[in-house]
Amino acid sequence: MMNRREPKQYSTGEVLAPPTERYTVLGWLKKNLFSTWYYTLLTFVTLYILYIILKPTLNWAFTQAQWQVVVVNLRLFMVGQYPADQIFRIWIALHLLAFTVGLAWAIWLPRSRRIGAFLLLIPLGLAALPFISGFSRINWMLFDVFALAGWGLGTWKPKAMRRPLLVLILGYFPVLILLIYGIKPILRIVKTNLWGGLMLTLLLAVVGITISFPLGILLALGRKSELPIVKLFSILYIEIIRGVPLVTVLFMAQLMLPLFLPPQIKIDNVIRAMAGIILFSAAYMAENVRGGLQAIPKGQYEAAWALGLSSFQTTFFIILPQALRNVIPVLVNQFIALFKDTSLVAIVGLLDLLGIASTVLAQPEFIGRQREVYLFIALIYWVFSYAMSYASRRLEVALGVGER
Amino acid sequence: MSSVAKVKTTPEQILSLPEEERSAAIESGKLPIVLAYEVHKWYGNFHVLRGVSMEVHKGEVVVIFGPSGSGKSTFIRTINRLEEHQKGSIIVDGVELTHDIRNIEKIRMETGMVFQQFNLFPHLTVLQNITLAPIHVRKWPKEKAEEVAMQLLKRVGIPEQAHKYPGQLSGGQQQRVAIARALAMQPKIMLFDEPTSALDPEMIKEVLEVMEELAESGMTMIVVTHEMGFARAVADQMYFFESGQIVESGTPEEIFTNPKEDRTKLFLSQILH
Repeated sequence: MMNRREPKQYSTGEVLAPPTERYTVLGWLKKNLFSTWYYTLLTFVTLYILYIILKPTLNWAFTQAQWQVVVVNLRLFMVGQYPADQIFRIWIALHLLAFTVGLAWAIWLPRSRRIGAFLLLIPLGLAALPFISGFSRINWMLFDVFALAGWGLGTWKPKAMRRPLLVLILGYFPVLILLIYGIKPILRIVKTNLWGGLMLTLLLAVVGITISFPLGILLALGRKSELPIVKLFSILYIEIIRGVPLVTVLFMAQLMLPLFLPPQIKIDNVIRAMAGIILFSAAYMAENVRGGLQAIPKGQYEAAWALGLSSFQTTFFIILPQALRNVIPVLVNQFIALFKDTSLVAIVGLLDLLGIASTVLAQPEFIGRQREVYLFIALIYWVFSYAMSYASRRLEVALGVGER
Repeated sequence: MSSVAKVKTTPEQILSLPEEERSAAIESGKLPIVLAYEVHKWYGNFHVLRGVSMEVHKGEVVVIFGPSGSGKSTFIRTINRLEEHQKGSIIVDGVELTHDIRNIEKIRMETGMVFQQFNLFPHLTVLQNITLAPIHVRKWPKEKAEEVAMQLLKRVGIPEQAHKYPGQLSGGQQQRVAIARALAMQPKIMLFDEPTSALDPEMIKEVLEVMEELAESGMTMIVVTHEMGFARAVADQMYFFESGQIVESGTPEEIFTNPKEDRTKLFLSQILH
């Protein structure tokens, strides 16, 4: 009975393609907006409400608003008080990022035009902005050059470049921090109290996400552990942190921490804020991951054990990959929340995007420009949050392969 | 009280032998490769297994049947420690099941299991499902594991599905992959826990054919099933379970033509129509 063939499929007729529907613009409008009298009514009511809201807003934005405050302080908004003659270091970090993403694009998703479009067109668009400096304009174009260089190298030698790509990704963080902070003889040290603006916001968010994520997984596993001490610690940690607002944790990190440490040890303000964000976020991350772990059927564990896999192997190869995939939407939701929550560090005196906004508003020549400034930073927050949400949806589609 | 099936071997007979003699005796069929001796298990206050004893020799095919809730699934799951027994002893391939995790892992490496619900890993392809354990438990190189996996997929008749995900296969195909996955570890014993109960009728046959071929190849098998045609064709011994005990055992010949217990007769008359 070896090598049995599958039974043949006998068809009963020709295979038909499903009927396709094509609409003209008018046809689409009729179907979606005016198909019944109440749809028509709703359409008009909605249009009227949009008109009421948007007209004064747009009118203000284009005729009354004085965007000078943003244009003049653009550098402050982007990098805070980072010394002007050292900004090339941030550009180097960006170019390295462009190169890495370009390489990853060529090796992992060579057919994706979307990534290419985002990677190349957005910098070009930024370079075309009328009010940026010539130095920035050149650098945005260089960004594209580096992205293309990465892509070219990846397309030329896709096999050989796999390992260097992983090294680049893993090494990017330390290099980034070294570039921004400095190394004694080569690059001048830039103290963290000069870090600020969007750069600081992104640093806090990215460091917060990348460190709290594995920490959260460990806590979630700890909470399900059979070792009583580990389990107790995880539960205590999660429940205590979840019972406290983030501002409190940040204040604790800023004000209380020095009380516990010997006076010689001084921990940097930014590092303290980072620690606060990481510790806070890890507790929430843990609960999200736990939700994913609980959704895995018992049969998956049993099948893995029956094959002789150890508990660690079962968790690592079978349970976590499935659990994490199930909770991608929740995790991204939390990443977005964390990104926006970093604005709370302004309260403890750091000059992130929001903190910079208040210093800008204190400048005598721009008093009363709240609307412009807050709308501008809201737009920045929105662009990054939406990008994350968009990326997560693409990731879900990409990972949904073979799902029932 | 119904008669409890007795076994000839005691745990001491196996465990008192030095390791090499032990495996030689098991290999030659002198000693059983699976010995369950007066196994008891409770779920809370509920006494699921009430002194189950059974011996299975190398190359034998054993079929366990009985009404639902009789403890047959629980019993087969104690053999690779998916369930823990609380009294009595179980010795598999000369190794006694205790709390020692090393013994448990040793036994799990030598026993393959096929589940009612297939339990394939949905995030891995068919090939990855099969090669995972050989690569990470047996430490085979990937090439060797994949070669063995492809041979097994040919053996169960679906080599062309190697790169699909389980969700893209029919129930019968999934169960055949599950069998291939268990065989990839080259186990000495295969456990089947109602392997065809979750399948559509037209898919039962394709799975049973694979199992029959496996039985004919000399694999030691313990099968919980109600497929009496399969039992009649390949079983060496049959055990009828009820209320956590073995009520009757015998060759298919004895069970089908001349069952001794009334309860066995009644049950068989209900499932053979």
